[in-house]
Amino acid sequence: MIRFILAAIIALLALSVAAQDSMPPAPYAYNQLADPRLEAEASALMHTLRCLKCQSQSIADSDAPMAGDMRHQVRSRILAGESPDEIRRWLIARYGDYVSYEPEVSSTTWPLFVAPLLLLLVVGAVLLRRLGKRRSDAEGGDVA
Amino acid sequence: MIAEIGLAALWLAAALAVLQMVSGAAALRTGPAGEANPLAIYARPAAVVQAFLAVLAFLLLLRAFAITDLSLKLVASNSHSMKPLLYKLTGTWGNHEGSMLLWVGVLAASGGLLAGFEKRLPERTMGATLAVQGFVALGFYAFLLLASNPFERLPVPAAEGTGLNPLLQDIGLAIHPPTLYAGYVGLSVAFSLAMGALLTREVNPSFARVMRPWVLGAWVLLTLGITAGSYWAYYELGWGGWWFWDPVENASLMPWLAATALMHSVSVLAARDALRTWTIMLGVLAFSMSMLGTFLVRSGVLTSVHAFAVDPERGAFILGLLGLYIGGAFTIFALRAGAVAEGKRFAALSREGALVFNNVMLSAILAIVLLGTLYPLLTEAFDVRVSVGPPYFNPASAIFAIPMLLVMAVGPLLRWKSDKPARLQFELALIAALVIGVIALVSFFGRFPLLPLLGLGLAAALAVAALLPLKGRKLARVPVATWGMVLAHFGVAVSLFGMACEGAFSEEKLAAVAVGGTEQINDFAVMLDAVTPVAGPNWTAIEASLAVRQDGGEPVILTPQARNFWSPPQSTSESALLTKWNGQLYAVIGNQAEDGRWQIRIWWKPFVTFIWYGGLLIGLGGILAIAGRVKVDVTRRRAASKGDQRRADLEALGAVAPQPAE
Repeated sequence: MIRFILAAIIALLALSVAAQDSMPPAPYAYNQLADPRLEAEASALMHTLRCLKCQSQSIADSDAPMAGDMRHQVRSRILAGESPDEIRRWLIARYGDYVSYEPEVSSTTWPLFVAPLLLLLVVGAVLLRRLGKRRSDAEGGDVA
Repeated sequence: MIAEIGLAALWLAAALAVLQMVSGAAALRTGPAGEANPLAIYARPAAVVQAFLAVLAFLLLLRAFAITDLSLKLVASNSHSMKPLLYKLTGTWGNHEGSMLLWVGVLAASGGLLAGFEKRLPERTMGATLAVQGFVALGFYAFLLLASNPFERLPVPAAEGTGLNPLLQDIGLAIHPPTLYAGYVGLSVAFSLAMGALLTREVNPSFARVMRPWVLGAWVLLTLGITAGSYWAYYELGWGGWWFWDPVENASLMPWLAATALMHSVSVLAARDALRTWTIMLGVLAFSMSMLGTFLVRSGVLTSVHAFAVDPERGAFILGLLGLYIGGAFTIFALRAGAVAEGKRFAALSREGALVFNNVMLSAILAIVLLGTLYPLLTEAFDVRVSVGPPYFNPASAIFAIPMLLVMAVGPLLRWKSDKPARLQFELALIAALVIGVIALVSFFGRFPLLPLLGLGLAAALAVAALLPLKGRKLARVPVATWGMVLAHFGVAVSLFGMACEGAFSEEKLAAVAVGGTEQINDFAVMLDAVTPVAGPNWTAIEASLAVRQDGGEPVILTPQARNFWSPPQSTSESALLTKWNGQLYAVIGNQAEDGRWQIRIWWKPFVTFIWYGGLLIGLGGILAIAGRVKVDVTRRRAASKGDQRRADLEALGAVAPQPAE
């Protein structure tokens, strides 16, 4: 079922994208916001959103029409006063976690956040074992 | 006919790999009287001949691409008769089969070099090493011959080839993959040596001295390969980024991280006889990461896990090899590590201690990169798609990179075995003052993101600290290898400075410009002079002519292009760069709008070039380190042979040979 819906969404996207190809890009696809502070905010956000039509590119770096549309969405929403987090959530609700390069803690991504903490513990343990013991040996005066 | 010779050479080479394996293993079994096994003499020649055959096969494929032999399937589907000769040649490794043949060719060549020239190791260890090398080579010959034959003929020769991906028709591709592959595969020798030493329980400084040039060489090649790859992505992909934590990029970074740790570890083993098990483990890890990188890039798993699941032959084959070699190696490691005696001991505060700390940090960064790269593939297999990108990798790796950089600043100043903090009061204060001072100074001028800010502070401290080991020494008498270390550490600071500046101070300008219109960015005025159509050998393009004036000075003309290739049909964006000592102006031309204006995208990236200058310095440092070791080695050998000569002369004179002083 999920696959069917996904396929349907992809087909719809493809249709709309095909239509877009012949249309001029949306106003903010290739134009910056006048306020440099807002533009910086938008640009930072756009660099962390995935272009869904490309392989490993953010929407800020892609020439795909769909990326242009998403840039337009981001810039016009920033201009309307929405916060970058709200826009990210809106896009995730629309396209799924896949669209955001900044994984959020959720039932599917928790290992990404637990692992570095575990790693910190392991690193601490390894260092203590390798270096801590030696130090006490050295203080004992016997360094072979 | 030529192609069939190539194929036959590969089969013969595979057969010799079997001989090398059997004969090398035979060296481990000595006869009842302790004499060498008669079978053992074949390992070295087998490795050398195998190297010739594998390299021959690669050269024959190169020839097929040079003359565009369209009866070969590989040439027909990846080349085109109208391509410039250089890109015909580089197209040889711009595809799956060709690049795997290059991989195997380098593997065999390094095995051959080891067998031909390395005489310092005990024969048993050498035998075990060559057996492992043969075993690894055999797996990849099987992969090549059974699952990706580069010499496959078409039933009917094609009339014309389909061409090479235009992004790959670039001088960057001529250098980048072969360098990287040579680095990947150079680590195979480190792996085989580690296994050989582990099997024969010969993990000692003389073994480390044999291993060190291989590790250093592979590490230099990886460093240069990653640097070249990063610069290629920067100017060729046309979006001004130099690193995106893309899985393909990570695939090359992971072996580099492991090799960096291994290189430091093997130096400690050679100099101090400490860190024995670490060296072995890192040797296994480094080559495992090379193979994992090859798997990620070559199996198609990155485009889609599902595509991989549908056509799993190649991917499953490499995955099987990966499991066999990595699993096998870690099993032997687990069984034998206990038998390898711990090396010399040292205090926590010592140069060894600092190196251990940083090896742990490098391994932790490696673990983060590995997790972030594999996790999306893992969830995709369960139909959940997530993206892991810079917002995750940057902070997660910084947790470990920042302490590592701090320790790296202090480490080279410490004494071996044990040291006292009081001795380094001045240096420690200087480093701390630089980090804090630079961060405070930069924050005074504006608000910048945290990581670039930290990067600037650390870069300044590291640049000074890298030079401190030279303090109070006669520069003419500093060993070449020490210069190498100083240069490489300084290169890290340079590179870090470039990354931080690019992150903190880049400016971007997007605009629709009419011909004759001007845009201002930083202190550059960019005027669109003209837009003209141009044509190349296998493409047509729209070329913008941009007149760039800095502070009203003389104009420099930049010509970014939007290219359209016709075979295969694909468009690329050719950026134009204006390089100043303090940064680069990066210009790209986009589409034409309804009203006739042109989309222009310009960046000013201060000090961005330092990223790659730093990479080159690091590589150069590695080369100096190799040169220094070779120099010492040659001097030592010459002295030894002179001594032998004198002793022989004295004996001939009938005199009593002098006893050695020790």
